[in-house]
Amino acid sequence: MMKLSEVIDVIDGKVLCCTDLLDKEVKFGFSSDLMSDVLTLRDDDILLITGLANVQSVRTAELSDINAIVLVRNKVATQAMIDMATDADIMIITTKHSMFKASGLLFGKGLSPIY
Amino acid sequence: MQTTFSVTAGDFTKAGTASSQIKRMLKQLGVPQHTIKRIIVALFEAEVNVIAHSFGGEVQCEVTPEKVFVRVVDTGPGIPNLSLAMKEGWSTASEQVREMGYGAGMGLPNIKKSADILEIDTAANNHTDIRMTFYLNGDNQ
Repeated sequence: MMKLSEVIDVIDGKVLCCTDLLDKEVKFGFSSDLMSDVLTLRDDDILLITGLANVQSVRTAELSDINAIVLVRNKVATQAMIDMATDADIMIITTKHSMFKASGLLFGKGLSPIY
Repeated sequence: MQTTFSVTAGDFTKAGTASSQIKRMLKQLGVPQHTIKRIIVALFEAEVNVIAHSFGGEVQCEVTPEKVFVRVVDTGPGIPNLSLAMKEGWSTASEQVREMGYGAGMGLPNIKKSADILEIDTAANNHTDIRMTFYLNGDNQ
């Protein structure tokens, strides 16, 4: 398990909302721009790593019980995304790293893959 | 307890609104979290299908002490080949739908995996009626 505060340190991330979740822990990382694929996951405590910067990534996270999203490559979250995430208690983190590098850094620190 | 939401065709800004409200209702009713997850994933897949592929429709949800029954009905144009649509990876989604992160041909198979009972009535140039039953004491994880 990895606290979200540690996730932020590892990927040099910036938090956009829900700073009260810094102590929440995640066990798995799942990297995808395909929300259809995210919806097939049945595990809990997942960190979603994506380049999909629209409300669909937040809605998918909400409905899949995912509490944190990493937006890679400094993708800009819209205000609608931040409002929806705040309402659903989902932390949005941005990082300058690519999806590949962010995933690799987190994997190297012990975040588990689902498959 | 029964509730109904309308779903507008093509309006992706509201995709998941019905699913989100039903999720909150199920939480308030004390439905177990894992059961809520499979209900909501199946419902959201069906809701996205209505937005992406249909002329519009509605979501109905009925909760009893034994089960949650979810019905998603649209007004057409129907699925011409249901057995193909049930295959993982088969999709007729537009480029716009794929840009939203959906349309990978995983929706109906995922609904089938999530529901305890799945019934679908559809035909070309007709409506699609998806009925899902989730038993509250069941566990298909």
